Amino acid sequence: MSLLQQQLAAGSFVVTAEIAPPKGCDVGEALAKAQQLSGVTAINVTDNQGANMRLSPLALAGMLVREGFEPILQLTCRDRNRMALQADLLGAAALGIENLLLLSGDHARFGDHPQARAVFDLDSVQLLQVADGLARGSDMAGKALRGTPRFFAGAAVTPEAEPFELMFQKFDKKIKNGARFFQTQAVFDTYRLKTFMAAARPLGVPVLLGVLLLKSARMARFLNDHIPGVRVPERLIARLEGAADPRAEGVAIARELVAAARAECQGVHLMTLGGEELIPEILG
Amino acid sequence: MIISEQKNPAEILAAIDGLQRLFLVGCAACATACKAGGEEEVFRLQEWLQEQGREVTGSMIVDEACHILRAARDLRQHRAAVDSAEALLVLACGSGIQSLSANTDLRVIGGLNSLFLGNVRRVGQYEEKCSLCGDCILNETAGICPVTTCAKGLLNGPCGGMEQGRCEADRELDCAWNLIFERLKRQGRKGVFARPVPPKNWGKVRKPGKLNLR
Repeated sequence: MSLLQQQLAAGSFVVTAEIAPPKGCDVGEALAKAQQLSGVTAINVTDNQGANMRLSPLALAGMLVREGFEPILQLTCRDRNRMALQADLLGAAALGIENLLLLSGDHARFGDHPQARAVFDLDSVQLLQVADGLARGSDMAGKALRGTPRFFAGAAVTPEAEPFELMFQKFDKKIKNGARFFQTQAVFDTYRLKTFMAAARPLGVPVLLGVLLLKSARMARFLNDHIPGVRVPERLIARLEGAADPRAEGVAIARELVAAARAECQGVHLMTLGGEELIPEILG
Repeated sequence: MIISEQKNPAEILAAIDGLQRLFLVGCAACATACKAGGEEEVFRLQEWLQEQGREVTGSMIVDEACHILRAARDLRQHRAAVDSAEALLVLACGSGIQSLSANTDLRVIGGLNSLFLGNVRRVGQYEEKCSLCGDCILNETAGICPVTTCAKGLLNGPCGGMEQGRCEADRELDCAWNLIFERLKRQGRKGVFARPVPPKNWGKVRKPGKLNLR
């Protein structure tokens, strides 16, 4: 059983963070970053994040295992058909990776290979089912596996998406089809978090709040304009704008969100984007 | 119908590089409706080719260029003009182009790009609603196809990029899943939301497709 699974089962407040594989095959910096992530239970390894081509997350996650870290392998449906997805899931198990975050994936239109043929042979709900099936010993064709993988599969949710009811039914569907924990898209509005958690709590699946470190008002505006499902309220942008040290203000905002997560959720997923050394401060 | 558009002049020029005598073919069906390969476009292309110093040995508009035998018959009827050309320049969809190429050993050059199977909003305004995927779930999705009209072709609800019922890939577009959700709600049905939709059976799209009713 992965440490992530154990801690969530034990009801501890869990912290995850993420690193992106490099664009290239030099993993030195990524591994050094992993060293900096103190107080973190598991590390998400992003998969061609934002549809930008990078080193395989499977490779980096495998290396993290070797170095004694616990990865959460992100796997998107965008770049692989059902055979490749199953092959990578079995590969993950062979490398000692248990935690998964199964995603549809950002549309290729937004990345650095906009001319790519997007696959989407499966969607995230179906991929959750498939991981579950593999863990029960058979592939999508019903064929028995030699060696059965052990997975702790999670999924993503966008608590602020509208219409709420529609977003929520997908969340529910993911739970019914094998999602055992959730990491949320970055949330900045604690009122909306409360609304979401009030509906989510009865379903009994741990939710790690996505906390994104804001570094400037400009960054906040960029997120609002370009990142699907992320909304930074105007009052936070004003705080960053008025601050003598916007970076410190960003850390303060992140701390407040972590506090909200301690009250509402089962953990946080920190997205510090290069500010990994600030994690102890953010966690307080 | 098949929505098509003309290749740009530079592409056509590159395709006919080194060719002097051309026979032009249009299509009276979809390509005409799309103003891409009807009589008017064939006539304009002819004038333009002449300005480029090419000779047009003749032209014809096939009723439906996709009709393989009809294309063959029309080619035979224009044999003299066809035989004196070095190549056919065809303003029809990819299907039409291949009806022609199946019936001659002359070089066949396509002048159009085929875009999608389209519905007509009004003349000149076309929308893709169906992907011919061979495994139709419209009955469960209130008559709105997510395979086609969801940018990712998801089958179990919207992606995390939906915002205010708009599509992640293009905020000008409605999220297909929101439209499905709203219409099912108005109909008082759960439809596709009542069950996890299993992975799509792409094996139902036979490639190359063939249907023989005889």
